[in-house]
Formats: sequence, structure tokens, C-alpha cells
Amino acid sequence: MLLQRFLIRLATMLITLFGVAVVVFVVIRVAPGDPIAMMLPPGATDDDIARLRALYGLDKTIVQQFFIWLSGVVRGDFGTSISLRQDVLSLVFNRLPATLELAIVALVMAVALGGTMAVLGARERGTAAEAGIDIAAGAALSIPDFLWGLVLILLFGVLVPIFDISGRVSPQLDLPFVTQFYLFESVVRLRFDLTWDLLKHMLMPAIALALPLAAIIAQLLKQSLKEVLDLDYVVLARVKGFSETQVILREALKNAALPTLTLVGVQFTFLIGGTVIVERLFSYEGLGNMAIDAVINRDLPLIQGIVLVFALLFVLINLAVDMMYALLNPRLRHG
Amino acid sequence: MDEARIVRRGLGPRLWLAGGWLLLVLLAAIFAPLVAPQDPLAQDLMLERLPPFWLDGAEPGYWLGTDSLGRDLLSRLIFGGRIAFIVAFAAAIAACLVGSTLGLIAGYFGGWADRIISRIVDIWMAFPPVLFAILLVAVLGTGLSSVILAIAIIDWTRFCRVIRAEAMGQARMDYVENARIAGYGRIGIMLREVLPNVLPSIVALLSLEMGIAVIVEAILSFVNLSISTDDPTWGGIIAEGRLSIHQAWWVLVFPLVTLILTVLSFSQFGEALKTRFDPVLR
Repeated sequence: MLLQRFLIRLATMLITLFGVAVVVFVVIRVAPGDPIAMMLPPGATDDDIARLRALYGLDKTIVQQFFIWLSGVVRGDFGTSISLRQDVLSLVFNRLPATLELAIVALVMAVALGGTMAVLGARERGTAAEAGIDIAAGAALSIPDFLWGLVLILLFGVLVPIFDISGRVSPQLDLPFVTQFYLFESVVRLRFDLTWDLLKHMLMPAIALALPLAAIIAQLLKQSLKEVLDLDYVVLARVKGFSETQVILREALKNAALPTLTLVGVQFTFLIGGTVIVERLFSYEGLGNMAIDAVINRDLPLIQGIVLVFALLFVLINLAVDMMYALLNPRLRHG
Repeated sequence: MDEARIVRRGLGPRLWLAGGWLLLVLLAAIFAPLVAPQDPLAQDLMLERLPPFWLDGAEPGYWLGTDSLGRDLLSRLIFGGRIAFIVAFAAAIAACLVGSTLGLIAGYFGGWADRIISRIVDIWMAFPPVLFAILLVAVLGTGLSSVILAIAIIDWTRFCRVIRAEAMGQARMDYVENARIAGYGRIGIMLREVLPNVLPSIVALLSLEMGIAVIVEAILSFVNLSISTDDPTWGGIIAEGRLSIHQAWWVLVFPLVTLILTVLSFSQFGEALKTRFDPVLR
């Protein structure tokens, strides 16, 4: 039952990825402007252009180009970046850890903040405090991450300059890292001075990404908690003498969390999508920032690679959430 | 019953505030040449980085100050509102028409139509939307129509997903079956019976989408990919403000406040409209 569900999801996932590959390829090939002409100095002859076109496979038909590219992708060969003249996959893997660290820090913050708001709101249900939480969540949800980023830049970069608003790490620092997972590695190496510097850079973009998701978690989890809090077993726990906070944390939360979990999975992909512009805003050297440069430079192989990696990330997260839901939901587990 | 009345009373002032702000910006945008105190493009290096009117060193006639090229900020905001509203209306309506139509077909007819449309929606959802928008505008070339087209191409799925689910629910209702027994054709039922019932959701989504379109346009002009660089846009002003943030904070603050109020108004307006139209909540 579970295995069957997994295989069906895996098949649809592959179809989706194939579709993404087709769409990206078609969109990019429609682009006017010759990327090859932009690579060469002004005095280049037609022969030079033709040679380079052949080198990048641009002299074949579109369908041929697509399948040549796709068979490369399947083997892990994403081609060579035109603007940076390096292997696309190594460029992407160089930047992906920075984006993943940012997204995960933002996710943790969203869950912590949204969860706290939900528990507080459920405990103070029917009071002015709950109304206040509702208004805060409504505002946090209506304002997108791009605008939150700008607000944070003004507040904590200019008005009270306590956080860094540009870059991933202070440039004067000597970095001993061998991987690109700076934050993770700084903790493992017990270099907490570097951890702090990284967090100081990461905090503002992470909060900007976290706020809308925290609001969604707060709203949905509070709703589920309030529904559960009237059930018999919760009332029983209350009769046993647990405080309301204990009742919520020990009894209600685990039964109310499932719908929120599913939603957080889907919303996490939106959060990752948001890193593109938020990284740009904070000059954070992640995948999204590189993607915008790639588009501006018309670097076709690099754009294709980045979009595909994002798409792969999105479908994998959805698959993981779906499986987790199936494992945790008793009705599906025993069904 | 009581709850519904409270919701409605609570939305009253919000609806008026949101609608009032949108009307104000819309009118200012329409009559921009009459309302704007200065030429939004006129540069004057003698007047660079003037502060807003309540600060020392402000010049009369430059209410919100000037940017690093001495251009009047208020006039640029007013003219930027033109682009913002044109994009908001055109892109949201285009996305709405495509998305609602496909959603209605997928939800009401089901079967193969639903399977194909849902698969396309899945593919679309696997793109990071901002990156997709930037890519499309880079491909289509900068300009107003490219921005509108890009937003419509990306955001039709928002309508499609919601309307599909609602049409699916409606298709199972008794009245649809009754209409079929009464001899109506399927397309006739879809348009005359199902569509009016999903209309409140469409209207609410439309208002929400206008806010989203304004943001996407601002993001595109922030990365310098929207309209030609001469025309003032809210995102373009924000990009300038981000650069001169330590010398002239007002160049960032005023467009940011304008953008936040506009986005909040669109979402509140949509929310309020939905409550008004929704027969259950009413």
C-alpha cells in the first residue's frame, strides 16, 4: 500500500521533471539575441561564430539539442556555463549549500515563531490576545518576503544597525571550511565566532523568508488546536490537573499537527522560491542570486541547470512530505 | 449568525480604508500629469538628495524629497503608480481568464481534461515563480507587455487550482444533476449554473492577484528587467533607494510604504468582497 503509493508518486514526479525540462528548454530557445555573439569580441568573424555554435551544439535542430542536453543531464552533465566558463553542475553545487542553509534556518524560525503564536493563541482563545495574534498573522501573511526584506533592511541595517544586510560572511574573515555548508561546518569545528558571523548575515534574509510561513503555521495550527481542545481526552487531561499550557503541549499538539505538517511541506517550496529575490536583496551568495545573474547574462546552460535543480528540490520535498503524511496518518498506515 | 455579523461589521472600516487607498492611488495615477508637482524625469544635480518637507534643508515643492539625481520622489511615485496599476489590472485579468477557464473545465468535466490540466499545473508549481518571471521577461524582452504576459503565464495556476476544486464540489451538487435532467447541455450547465457559484472566489482571487502582480512588477523593475529604465517604477525607485540607503533613507521608505499599503489593500479588499458575496457567510 505504502510502496504502491510511493511508486505512483515517483512516476508523477519524473513526468513533472520532464515537463519542467521541456518548458525551460522551449522558453530559452525562443529567446531572441544570440548568446554566442555576446561571448565573442566585436571583431569576430562568421567562422568564429559558427565554430562556437558547433561547440555548444547550437547548430543542430531544437529537438536534437533537447535530447542531447537531456541525455547529458541524466548522466549529470549539465553543460558549461557561457558567462563563467565552468561546469554548470559544479557551479550549482557550489552555491546550493548557501541557499539550503538559508532556507532551513528560515524554516526553523517559521516553525518556532508560528508554533509559539499558535500555542499562545489557543491558550488565550477568545481574548484580546488571540485577536492580536490574528491581526499580526494576517499582516505577516499579506506582506510578501521581498517587502519584509526591505523593511528589515531599514529597521536593523539603518535605523538600529545591529545585523549585517549584505553578503554571507564578513569578507575579512579567514575561512577554514572545506565544504560549502559554512554554518554547519562552523558548528562542527566549534568555531562559534564564525557561526555568529554567519548567523548575523543570515538572520535578516531568513526572517524575511520566515514571516509569511510563520503566519500560515500560526493560523492553521491554532485552528486545529482549538478543535482538538474540546475533545474528551483533552478534557480528561485538564481534569487530571494539568495546566492549560501542559495540556496543549503534551496532549493536543501531536494530534493537531498533522494538517499543519502537510501544509508546511508545500509552503517550504514557496519559501525556497522566495530565496531567489531575497538573496538578491541581501547580496547573499546563493543559488538564487546566481540565477538572476545568469538570466541577465543570458547564460542558457546555467539557467537551465539552476531551474532544474530548483524543480528537483521542489518535487523531492513534496514527495517527502507525502510519504511522511502517509507514515504518520494512522488511517493511511493501516488502510 | 452572530459570528457572521461580527465578521461583516469588522470588515466594514477595513473595506473602506483599503478601497479608499486604492482609489487614491488610482486617481493619482490616472491624472498623474496634473497631480505630480514636478516632472518625474527632470534631473537637477543642485537639488540632489533633498530630504522630505519636515526636515531641515527641504525645498518647497519637493514634498517627499529627491533622489541622488535630484528627481522629485513624489512625482516619481505618482507616475510609477501608472505602471503598477496597468500591470495589476491587465496581468490579473489575463491570469484570471486563463486560469478560471481551465480550472472550470478541469473541475467540472474531470476525466482526461482534468488529468492533463492538473499535470500542467504540477509542472508550473515546480518552478520558483520569481525566477520564472525574470526568465520570461529576459526572453520576451523588457517592456510593459512582456511584464504583463510573464505574470499571466506564471500566475494562472493560482486561479486554476482554486476554481478546479470549487467546480469539482459544485459538479456533485443536486442542482447540477437537476439541470442535466431538465435537458441542459454540459457547457450550458458549466457556464450558467457552476460559474455563478464559483464567482465569489474568482473575484476575491482577482483582487489578491492584483496585489501579487504589483509586487512582481516591483521585483522585476528592482532587478532592472521591467520597463525601460527611464520610466519611473516603484521597484526601480526601491532599487535606487537600496543603493543610497545610508545617504537618503526616504528614497527607500516612501515607495516601500506605498507598496505595502497597496498590497495590503488589495488583499483586504479581496477578503471583504468574498465575505460580501458569499451566501453562507452573509
